[in-house]
Amino acid sequence: MSSVTTTDAATPRAVPSSHYSFFDLVKSEWTKIRTVRSTMWTIGVTILLGVGIGALVTAVTRAHWASLAPGNHIGFDPTQTSLIGLFIAQFSVGVLGVMIISAEYSTGTIRATFSAAPKRSKVFAAKVFVFGLLAFAVAEFTSFVAFFLGQFLLSSPATHATLSSPGALRAVFGGGLYVCVLGLIALAMGTIIRHTAGAVSAFVGVLLILPIVVQALPNQISLDVRRFLPDRIGANMITTKGALFQAFSPWVGLMILCLYALGLLIIGNSMLESRDA
Amino acid sequence: MIEAKGLTKHYGPKHAVEQLSFTVRPGFVTGFLGPNGSGKSTTMRMIMGLDAPTSGDVTVKGKHFKDLQWPLREVGALLEAKAIHPGRSARAHLKMIAQTNDISMARVDELLEVVGLTSVANKRAGKFSLGMGQRLGIAAALLGDPEILLFDEPVNGLDPDGIRWVRNLLKGLAREGRTVFVSSHLMSEMALTADEVVIIGKGKLISQITIDELLSQSTENFVRVRSPEAAKLKLALESEGAVVALEDDGSLSVRGANEVAIGELAATIPVVLHELAPQSASLEEAFMELTEDSIEFHGTTSTGPTNSTGAKS
Repeated sequence: MSSVTTTDAATPRAVPSSHYSFFDLVKSEWTKIRTVRSTMWTIGVTILLGVGIGALVTAVTRAHWASLAPGNHIGFDPTQTSLIGLFIAQFSVGVLGVMIISAEYSTGTIRATFSAAPKRSKVFAAKVFVFGLLAFAVAEFTSFVAFFLGQFLLSSPATHATLSSPGALRAVFGGGLYVCVLGLIALAMGTIIRHTAGAVSAFVGVLLILPIVVQALPNQISLDVRRFLPDRIGANMITTKGALFQAFSPWVGLMILCLYALGLLIIGNSMLESRDA
Repeated sequence: MIEAKGLTKHYGPKHAVEQLSFTVRPGFVTGFLGPNGSGKSTTMRMIMGLDAPTSGDVTVKGKHFKDLQWPLREVGALLEAKAIHPGRSARAHLKMIAQTNDISMARVDELLEVVGLTSVANKRAGKFSLGMGQRLGIAAALLGDPEILLFDEPVNGLDPDGIRWVRNLLKGLAREGRTVFVSSHLMSEMALTADEVVIIGKGKLISQITIDELLSQSTENFVRVRSPEAAKLKLALESEGAVVALEDDGSLSVRGANEVAIGELAATIPVVLHELAPQSASLEEAFMELTEDSIEFHGTTSTGPTNSTGAKS
């Protein structure tokens, strides 16, 4: 039998009185994300859909530009059109956010995680940090590539935009932020619900079903409530020609979305602390 | 050292663990025995701070698990085999655990070698057998070279070779002065591995006892005696206070008198003896005797229809 006694490799690098650090947990969370195939798949799908849908819509617009009614030419928002794929990409980022935590429950690795690092809030903070950075990078990459590809495909004679066009940079950067914050909301939902299917359903419900329910309310109430919905905040963020009716300004909207994320993350964290793993 | 004091866990109306107190000492393999569903895994999860006790307390090295500075370096645990993401490789699984406590990749590779998984280290763990999952779990428990080790049913799914390997590993770890706490529902396995056992049934402590004590305490210890004048001997033994049963094969089972006393008594009567054989209970029997009132799921040995009318042609 081989020996299992102490070797140099097992000796702490740090001084004995120290504690496992946030940085140790960040490294571990990064390893977790990196070493499962589903991460690469969801990121690939996010970029493909985010860029691809925008490319499709802009290419079709350009091809039919001459036959469009003049009113369509005037109201045309090239920035918004090129970023339309973000509303599909948000779902795959959401799925990734949910799975970051729900897969730990379904596979039982959550118990290995908490046996190695029992301070759960610290683990959760590392998870949020690592996923948040990854989601930010992926969403911004998708948004910028979709914008540039879309504007390239529109070209003359169709109206097209550059980053210095009014509102364009805000729409592209803010659109990426919108998707990233939605990802964090999905992570929080995954933490609260703990089951992949349940959490994904809840996430999709908020983005697709809630707007339908709100739409069904009496008109005045519906208009008041709609501006608080995440999909509305996102739509407003990527619009550069005329603000949407009854909406918050793009950055106020994003602030509200961040508050949703923060609230849900705080709830998720307290449930993670109080429930049995 | 692991110390449980009045440890209790209720899941709704179900009392999984009830007022459980025991101590696991360093330098020994302590078995944690009980039938399936008796609360062993729940207790282990409470030791590891994964489940919160309803009441009572459990500490490792005098501290709550959550307050350990380097948990992996102080306590290692195999709680369930195959608690692995099926898409992640064995090496990546150990890496993500090791990194939380700043343990190097050299140590990860060393342990893959120790548990014999080096050749499949980069294969996806979803394809692993239960036995390979156990080996990976054991490697994870040993990563931080901890003083205290917990293993929940570590030999499940292992082949005979693997079982012997685990047995020797556990004994070796205890010999090095570590605290080794290992659960099993198999007394026979514990008899070969453990020095001492904590026995529970229906979440309650039945006994904490050394293997030697367990054997000597059992009422299944008796002396088998054969004699052509069995009836006469039986009367004589009973008048001396022994409990004697006449078995179907004509032998006597004597409890309450040892072979020396019986032999001497027979000589004074005198009766001829054909056999005088002390019988000690197997550990399995001793264990069954202790836990027979606390088994939650009873099976029967019959596999046929319970009512045999019409069952036979």
